[in-house]
Amino acid sequence: MYPEYMAESLRKVAQTRPRRLELARKPDPVYPPMNAEERRAVLEGFHPDFEPSARRTVRVGPNRDESLTAEVADLLESHSWLRSEQVNLDKPDFETDLLIIGGGGAGCNAALVAMKEHGMRSIIATKLRMGDSNSMMSQGGMQAAVSRTDSPTRHYLDAIGGGHFENKPELVRALTEDGPGVVKWLEDLGVVWDKEADGSMKVMHGGGTSRKRMLSCRDYTGAMIMRTLMDEVRNHPDMIEVKEFMPAVELIMDNKGRCAGAVLYSMDSEEFFTVKAKSTVVATGGYGRLHIRGFDTTNHYGATGDGLVMAYRAGAKLMYMDSVQYHPTGVSFPEQIAGFLVTEAIRGAGGQPLNKEGELFVFPREPRDVEAAAIIRECVQNGGGIQTPSGRVGVWLDSPLIDMLHGEGYTDKHFPAMYRQFIRYGIDIAKLPMLIYPSLHYQNGGIEINARCETDIPGLYVAGEASGGLHGRNRLMGNSVLDYNVFGRRAGRYAGEYAKTVKLGKLSLAHLDAYEKELADAGVQTSLVTPTLLPSYAPEDVKKRQLLRGANTLPGASVLQNRLHDERVGA
Amino acid sequence: MASMPAVKTISPPTSQADEKYGETKGRLITISIMGKAYEVPAEATIMGAIEYAGHQIIRGAGCREGYCGACATIYRLLGDYKIRTGLACMTLVEEGMTLAQIPYVPAEKAIYDIEKLKPNVSAIEQMYPSVFRCVACNTCTRSCPQGLQVMDYVQAAKRGDIATVMDLSFDCVVCGLCMLRCPAEITQPLMGIMAKRLYGRYLRKDSPELAVRVKAVEEGAYNDEYAELMAMSREALSKRYYARDSE
Repeated sequence: MYPEYMAESLRKVAQTRPRRLELARKPDPVYPPMNAEERRAVLEGFHPDFEPSARRTVRVGPNRDESLTAEVADLLESHSWLRSEQVNLDKPDFETDLLIIGGGGAGCNAALVAMKEHGMRSIIATKLRMGDSNSMMSQGGMQAAVSRTDSPTRHYLDAIGGGHFENKPELVRALTEDGPGVVKWLEDLGVVWDKEADGSMKVMHGGGTSRKRMLSCRDYTGAMIMRTLMDEVRNHPDMIEVKEFMPAVELIMDNKGRCAGAVLYSMDSEEFFTVKAKSTVVATGGYGRLHIRGFDTTNHYGATGDGLVMAYRAGAKLMYMDSVQYHPTGVSFPEQIAGFLVTEAIRGAGGQPLNKEGELFVFPREPRDVEAAAIIRECVQNGGGIQTPSGRVGVWLDSPLIDMLHGEGYTDKHFPAMYRQFIRYGIDIAKLPMLIYPSLHYQNGGIEINARCETDIPGLYVAGEASGGLHGRNRLMGNSVLDYNVFGRRAGRYAGEYAKTVKLGKLSLAHLDAYEKELADAGVQTSLVTPTLLPSYAPEDVKKRQLLRGANTLPGASVLQNRLHDERVGA
Repeated sequence: MASMPAVKTISPPTSQADEKYGETKGRLITISIMGKAYEVPAEATIMGAIEYAGHQIIRGAGCREGYCGACATIYRLLGDYKIRTGLACMTLVEEGMTLAQIPYVPAEKAIYDIEKLKPNVSAIEQMYPSVFRCVACNTCTRSCPQGLQVMDYVQAAKRGDIATVMDLSFDCVVCGLCMLRCPAEITQPLMGIMAKRLYGRYLRKDSPELAVRVKAVEEGAYNDEYAELMAMSREALSKRYYARDSE
């Protein structure tokens, strides 16, 4: 239940609701959408990326001297777990056609397509369990232009406008043009899409969509897709080997500068294993668990940007790594679920963001960065936010409108996950609004790819959230689910094709020594060892007692040191 | 930017764990994690409490938001004989609670070719015959942290009613608690996944416009429009974007 002191504000929300319901029933927007100038003003004034300390220049690597998100620059200016002389590459522990790093949606799609189209074998190496990924968690849906009034080119225009016209056009075309085919691919694998009575796909609006284009599987969209893909992967044990709790910690190259596999680390036994692969797909997802600018995150436990730093050390260029997506509606209260995602589909179905007076202050379906910045502005500048008992702030997301617009029981039926999440704390979202605030959600940029998922490094392919360029500096809702399907499939297709012909040379980790030298030459002093693998949520006093353990000589000597990255120099 | 002095306050403090329990640190309760007593914040989730105690979870945490089923947990409460079940990320601690996480439940997934199965009882018989061992005790339903009618979908599976299995198992997060508790040793979640796939593959109502759209893309129907859009200057594209109509 909400604390007593919020009752007055809740009364105001209820008072203004009939008037706002009338607005929602009319065809016009319930609040004027922003024009280009207004969008720019709110972003520059209030989006966290525009705070002066949000970015800094990175001193090493392919993006040297570029301004990146500060936490990303920290991640890149770090030591490897390994030194080349420590690893024997003469006899790899495993050999395969494709090594796929990451067992989320992109990785599973890549393995299936490489198998089906090229007969290639894969190893999927993943940090936690297969499916422990942001792919699993997407609630609201997947964009794809399948309705009669829509078209792939309209989807293109929406996506590229949402990304402020900075998206790589060839990638947006691939995304939007492959969209309808992906819907069919998934449906034939057995994904149960929400449908209308006549069999046509149920479509909803999302932020920044000009046509209803959001396909869904109740609010378990990602879970439905992911479980279907995983099940299909598991149906091919002879072709796809899944190594769980075995994250990659470095890429392996050959003496011709091609990617040739990776070094894996067993979370259970703390051993390292080498994998020689004809082609390598990085599908490691995003970085929400780095808690950029201290924000809560919607991301899964393992989202620590591992692929970014591995690929960067090997020489792959990153794109738009100065841009962070904060989901407009993360939970602000109850504290136990702070930062959790409240699906954008709530707004797509008619939910309205309101200030403490119960008044609208923004069009509910602006692109995500604009919507998030407008919510922050309302709290920071206009004093329209509500304080939580622990000192967070939030605005209301008026969900009871949804049943009023679509009929009683709609919320229950279409948002069962959301309903469950709140009812445990005595909040029935069909009767009471949710208290929300932006939450760290998505890595807009990543390792730069082309429409074949190729990078600067031959043999290295990237798909999904780990890649950069597709979304520009702002991704729209539902385009990430489509992304991991479209580009996961493309990665499997082109990495599989490449694997058929490549003849690898001598394996090498010399790039790690070169990178270490570059760090030294640039005068970088850091105790950070990456990939981070997992965040630590131990309280500070516990961490300090953990640090007493000896033999933490860096780099790469101890997992423990890595978990204590908050204690690093300069943090 | 400089005119926004308050903007700094938009970032919450750094440590999620610290901040989350900052206000409640005074109110600690005692719970037992695998037999060892720890003092933890009274308002914590089980997952939050385990981490507050200093454990680095490796198995037993995934999405942390109730979708992935990695954090299945069994527990008892003080003075209560009942074994209770929950997801660690979603369940709050209570004074005297004694708990263990069950991050994995051994179970054999059937290997099958979806193209060779039929969406009826034959698929259940072939792939998950243990379903027919159900004694209708309802333990599965009582153990489901999602509140699903698990036994009802097991019964539907016995009848070959794939649509009902799909509907009732839709929100299953595959935490495995039902199959751990089942006295007939059925693997309900795995059977549920197969049934959902059978429904999606065979029993769905086809979308007429989807097939048309896929064909149009394959035939290159949008090539010209793409070429035009991709050749546009940023200004022209921006103009087109802001002028577009909305449904």
